[in-house]
Amino acid sequence: MLRSELVAKLAERYGHMPAEKLEKAVAIILDEITDALARGDRVELRGFGAFSVRKREARRGRNPRTGETVDVPAKSVPFFKAGKELRARVNAGADPEAR
Amino acid sequence: MSSKTITRAEVTEAIVRDVGCTRQESSDLLDDALEMIGAALESEGVVKLSRFGNFVVREKSAREGRNPKTGEEATISARRVVTFRPSPLLKSRVDDGA
Repeated sequence: MLRSELVAKLAERYGHMPAEKLEKAVAIILDEITDALARGDRVELRGFGAFSVRKREARRGRNPRTGETVDVPAKSVPFFKAGKELRARVNAGADPEAR
Repeated sequence: MSSKTITRAEVTEAIVRDVGCTRQESSDLLDDALEMIGAALESEGVVKLSRFGNFVVREKSAREGRNPKTGEEATISARRVVTFRPSPLLKSRVDDGA
């Protein structure tokens, strides 16, 4: 599913709202998460999952093509952990012990 | 760096403020959007949200694990896990802290 398809699906349910408004709502949701992570905050959406920022230590890496050593600086990366309901959901129909 | 936690309440407020929906409508919109993303992950295994990132369901095969509390060995069954691949834009926003 693409972002445009998500907006289209919402439009089916919110027929009384103009599509631009729904598009904006989706943009606001994603922007709020992005802004929070950029500030270093956590975003917890119960049932769905939690977004957080993880620190990666500086390390000495290697260019796999040339074998050259390069210094990779420390950085912060976005991280998502699926919530219980979402985890159970994608496992529905799979081995019940996996839920 | 602050370490606040943003929840559904704050995201709902942002929709009220910036889109001009009622609080009830905004809350429903957020719930439905998340529910639709979950449904698509369940049925298609991929959700691509441009400029934000992609959610992908990955298959993990069974493996031997250990109960960290008891040290007992146990087989971890095959399962599906949801992974998130942030867009270059989200990555740079997070790393710059801007």
